[in-house]
Amino acid sequence: MEEAVITQELDLDSRPVGRIALLREFWAYFSENRGAVFGLFFFITIILIAVFADFIAPHAPNQQYRDALLQPPFWQSGGDLRFLLGTDAVGRDMLSRLIYGARFSLFIGCIVVSMSLVVGVILGLSAGFFRGRLDTFIMRIMDVVLAFPSLLLALVLVAILGPSLINAMIAIAIVQQPHYVRLTRAAVMSEMTKDYVTASRIIGVKTLRLMFITVLPNCMAPLIVQAALSFSTAILDAAALGFLGMGAQPPAPEWGTMLAEAREFILRAWWVVTFPGVAILTTVLAINVMGDGLRDALDPKLKRS
Amino acid sequence: MFSYFIRKLGVIVPTFFGVTLVAFVFIRLLPGDPVLLMAGERGMTEERHAALMAEFGYDKPVLIQYGIYLKDLFSGDFGTSIITKQPVLKEFFTLFPATMELSFCAIFLAVFFGLPAGMIAATKRGSFFDHTVMTGALTGYSMPIFWWGLLLIIFFSGILGWTPVSGRISLLYYFEPVTGFMLIDSLLSGQKGAFVSALSHLILPAIVLATIPLAVIARQTRSAMLEVLSEDYVRTARAKGLGPGRVIGLHALRNAMIPVITVIGLQVGVLFAGAILTETIFSWPGIGKWMVDSIFRRDYPSVQGGLLLIAAIVMIVNLVVDILYGFINPQIRHTD
Repeated sequence: MEEAVITQELDLDSRPVGRIALLREFWAYFSENRGAVFGLFFFITIILIAVFADFIAPHAPNQQYRDALLQPPFWQSGGDLRFLLGTDAVGRDMLSRLIYGARFSLFIGCIVVSMSLVVGVILGLSAGFFRGRLDTFIMRIMDVVLAFPSLLLALVLVAILGPSLINAMIAIAIVQQPHYVRLTRAAVMSEMTKDYVTASRIIGVKTLRLMFITVLPNCMAPLIVQAALSFSTAILDAAALGFLGMGAQPPAPEWGTMLAEAREFILRAWWVVTFPGVAILTTVLAINVMGDGLRDALDPKLKRS
Repeated sequence: MFSYFIRKLGVIVPTFFGVTLVAFVFIRLLPGDPVLLMAGERGMTEERHAALMAEFGYDKPVLIQYGIYLKDLFSGDFGTSIITKQPVLKEFFTLFPATMELSFCAIFLAVFFGLPAGMIAATKRGSFFDHTVMTGALTGYSMPIFWWGLLLIIFFSGILGWTPVSGRISLLYYFEPVTGFMLIDSLLSGQKGAFVSALSHLILPAIVLATIPLAVIARQTRSAMLEVLSEDYVRTARAKGLGPGRVIGLHALRNAMIPVITVIGLQVGVLFAGAILTETIFSWPGIGKWMVDSIFRRDYPSVQGGLLLIAAIVMIVNLVVDILYGFINPQIRHTD
């Protein structure tokens, strides 16, 4: 929705060929943006934390220590090195819950992005490829979805489906759908005018093959960028739904749900409120910074000036 | 211009019917039948059930039900709340000014700080200020605003004790609403301290709601400004010897404003989504909190009516923005 167009003089003959060379070219562009590289490393760290949560976390996420309710972090008076970031109202270790929470957020991001990407690509590809009534029909439905504020629609969908993490993910995927459809459709429509598509048609390439194998790969750049950005939106929205009691249900150590449980202690125990939010913010920020870098590297047309 | 308007209308009308269809289908998609849902745990006899099904028209074919629903909508009947027994339309517009006031203040804050920040960042590109603004904007954009609200409460209400935690005004003051905007009404009432009380209730929720629009506006202004500053006519203006204030303030800003205005208009949907969270945290008696409460109270007619009204408002505002955009920028009228 933003950004200046930078016309780059591309020397077509010296462009690298082959996967490795392409990856190297991508990395050269991507690593220009130091923030993006930092975001990438932060994101990889979170993935590692999520994968190895069983080994890293000092306690089980739902283990209640009845002798240590609402204990502050270790550097405050009354803190205990046993619980580095303190404990919550029923004596569960904050640090361990945050570590296990990373699993939820990454899981949510992956599932939501895959669902909306797959369905969005199929719908957008069909709309852009066949045009006509099918196109109008699909795009009108997407307009309807976009007419509702996203969080409100997600909330109502969860009310229909029943509050749970899975339903929250489905609702968020539906709400994010139109962006993928519109992007794919626009990219497909601009590809369809190119010579290689006409050539493929003339030599008799079958429609499905033409759609998915010939055209689609050339539309991937904006979709990858959108996937990165909607990964972070998915985490934010799922946390918001969890906070409203419509996402993951307690005692799941999902960050938004943890915040909802912590609300009544905000004036007594700052740590139960502060840390889950810091976890959400830093994760989302890292992914957004990374997404900006991805956009600059993959899509010179959208390049930020 | 007229054909542009007609074309926009041609898109919005089918979309509106789609929205009514979503609102209509919503109640029928809920698990269980709607009458039993409203009865909740109590249950009811067979005859009473049948009578209620007939009363609400649920025994008719679905298409006819939709027809009746549309007819009711166009005669201004948006359903009746099953909790308060009030018409949904009336409830909505009683609470709507609270959300409007909050949203206006939020968008004011966002524009007031976002525009200059983006402009200065663009003119001092690469400077420390630029980096700070862009980092801040990205952080704001990534902010879980419900947590941000809680942090502000901890700091300003808990530690400093400056602001109240919830509501719109202290219970000490009472006056009849005139405009529905507490800031204006409190001034009109002439009661001492009423305005300060209203303002202290409003400030934190407004900051929270402004966060994301502020980030978006700052980023958008910066990139629009950068684009314009590299245009030939700006170079010409500079070459003519015009001062930087005049070049940036007059020549560049005017053209940079076009995309920015659109973005500001498009924040309405974002504001509603944000209002759901902000109003819940600050117990602000507006539409967002009412929607969440209605969902939890299983007051489905209210949810249905609210969903439709909010979507309608968002669509109307977007239409107005589109038309304004076509008005400011003639190019857009002639492209598809």
